[in-house]
Amino acid sequence: MDFNLGEEIEFLKKNVRDFVQTEVEAVAMDIEKENHIPDRIIEMSKEMGLFGLSIPEEYGGLGIGMVGKCALYEEIGATHNGYTTLIGAHTGIGTVGIVELGNEEQKQKYLPKLASGESIGAFALTEPSAGSNATNLKTTAVKQGDRYILNGTKHYITNATEADVFTVMAVTDASKGAKGITSFIVEKDFPGFQVGAIEPKMGLHGSHSAEIIMEDCEVPVENVLGEEGQGYVNALKILANGRAGLAARNLGSCQKLLDLSMEYVQEREQFGVPIIEHQAVAHMVSEMAVEIEALRSFTYRIAWMVDEGQKVIKEAAMLKLYGSEVYNRVADKAVQVHGGIGYISDFPIERFFRDARITRIYEGTSEIQKNIISGQLKKEYS
Amino acid sequence: MNLFVVMKRTFDTEEKIVIDDGRVAEESAEFIINPYDEYAVEEAVQLKEQHGGEVTVVTIGDEEAEKELRTALAMGADKAVLINTEEDLEDGDAYTTAKALAEFFKDKEADLILAGNVAIDEGSGQVGPRLAEFLDIPAITTITNLEVDGSQVLIERDVEGDIEKIEATLPLLVTAQQGLNEPRYPSLPGIMKAKKKPLEELELDDLDLDGEEIEAKTKTVEVFLPPEKEAGRVLEGEIGAQVQELVSLLQKEAKVI
Repeated sequence: MDFNLGEEIEFLKKNVRDFVQTEVEAVAMDIEKENHIPDRIIEMSKEMGLFGLSIPEEYGGLGIGMVGKCALYEEIGATHNGYTTLIGAHTGIGTVGIVELGNEEQKQKYLPKLASGESIGAFALTEPSAGSNATNLKTTAVKQGDRYILNGTKHYITNATEADVFTVMAVTDASKGAKGITSFIVEKDFPGFQVGAIEPKMGLHGSHSAEIIMEDCEVPVENVLGEEGQGYVNALKILANGRAGLAARNLGSCQKLLDLSMEYVQEREQFGVPIIEHQAVAHMVSEMAVEIEALRSFTYRIAWMVDEGQKVIKEAAMLKLYGSEVYNRVADKAVQVHGGIGYISDFPIERFFRDARITRIYEGTSEIQKNIISGQLKKEYS
Repeated sequence: MNLFVVMKRTFDTEEKIVIDDGRVAEESAEFIINPYDEYAVEEAVQLKEQHGGEVTVVTIGDEEAEKELRTALAMGADKAVLINTEEDLEDGDAYTTAKALAEFFKDKEADLILAGNVAIDEGSGQVGPRLAEFLDIPAITTITNLEVDGSQVLIERDVEGDIEKIEATLPLLVTAQQGLNEPRYPSLPGIMKAKKKPLEELELDDLDLDGEEIEAKTKTVEVFLPPEKEAGRVLEGEIGAQVQELVSLLQKEAKVI
């Protein structure tokens, strides 16, 4: 067993760390207050190639495996989570659909621009009446000649206001349930496509979620992603693919919280000694470190399984669940060891605490992950 | 343009430094491209983007310096050369480096050689000018702007806060000052491509030199860390008395007035 990332990945990782910790960290508090990521940071991120993490080299991307991607996601996660989400949603659910399921023409057309960041990608599944139950979709797609006409509303769509290319799930045959859903590549400029108001939220400032509204939206037939009727399976594949990366981003945030906490507990004095000398505090940082180490091993092991071509439905769900729960526990302890300063908005700890909360909800709630795990367990033990 | 950058791998002075047995302990230090050399690399890459040509980065050191050369290649340099002195040389100084570089440059027909104004580790600021002297070409130090038009070069250099404007002709050696440009972060695809770019390794033998010929002219007597910053003192009492005390401390203790 070799647990080294290898010289090349380490080198990429170091360069991402230098960029993120110098440039993004410098504006993290501004992003939070202004709910806006400076254009300069986005431009620099594009020039660095961060938008092409999931895209093969022949389409202008970086062409690295899941272990390498996770190593870089870890660094991208160790800063403002709004920034992390803009990049993560684009490189994750926003582009992997076309990478994994697109035909050659679709790849040629969309991937180079997605890789350079000239186009931003988003994934549109969730609707007012369909979240965890993706089979309850109300958005319809009716074939008329050489196009489909899409009608319906999606909400909570990450990157909706920035995105140019959306992977949209819509019902093509309501009588077939899950097998009547089809996925489409929809461009923001297609007739009848509209982005609604930004939905303000607890955290992830700078990353915007909004409604998208399709009214007789015209999508050419060549923009069907994968086969007609395969949309539900496609959505599950796209989400499953994103899970290891999501855990890696959470891992990066956890490590950042431990770094900040260790700095604080060695400086802050109470009762005449640095607070790490108090056992209650010492134990909290130890518990944080143990869970982070476990998450790191778990993340890279599953990433390795993905690179080996192994089936990871159960394992990816476990990892999504564990990574999100660990992030929430670590963030909670980070607030506790910081005390009052951990609750004050002028310092980053409370921001991470709010940002952690969504990880138990988006891209499949913790509870849905448990359903997936138990479903797989039932199959194994039947 | 035939562009060359001479650069150095140095420890990062922003990180913790440990002195062990009269040397900076390498195990605990972080290593980077000397920041002033980074300006030189960036400037060379920008010149190539404007005028065409080729950028070669050159360094003297051991195999570890390949990492910094790879970073420069990822920033956009085309070729790298490592003059590996690990086996032939114990310690060098500015003379050693400049002499070895001069041998290397003898047949290179460089249009422009860029270097950092000073290395943040030993801080001699001599390698650039010494090299130009050996090569018998002009050297202009601490530059903050550079424009090339044919073989004419317009340069602005930092002179203790003022700007001096200089006209020169190629071939030329310049050393970079902070403010010359903002070095780019190596792009991730750039890093992947850098793997495939040529990195040549030379030994002193390949330059027809031996260790003795380029032996250091200086000797390092002692290496020590600056004294730790002590806590400040807060004066108390009547304002008038405080002022008197302050003046007396500045005269007698700090000896600055």
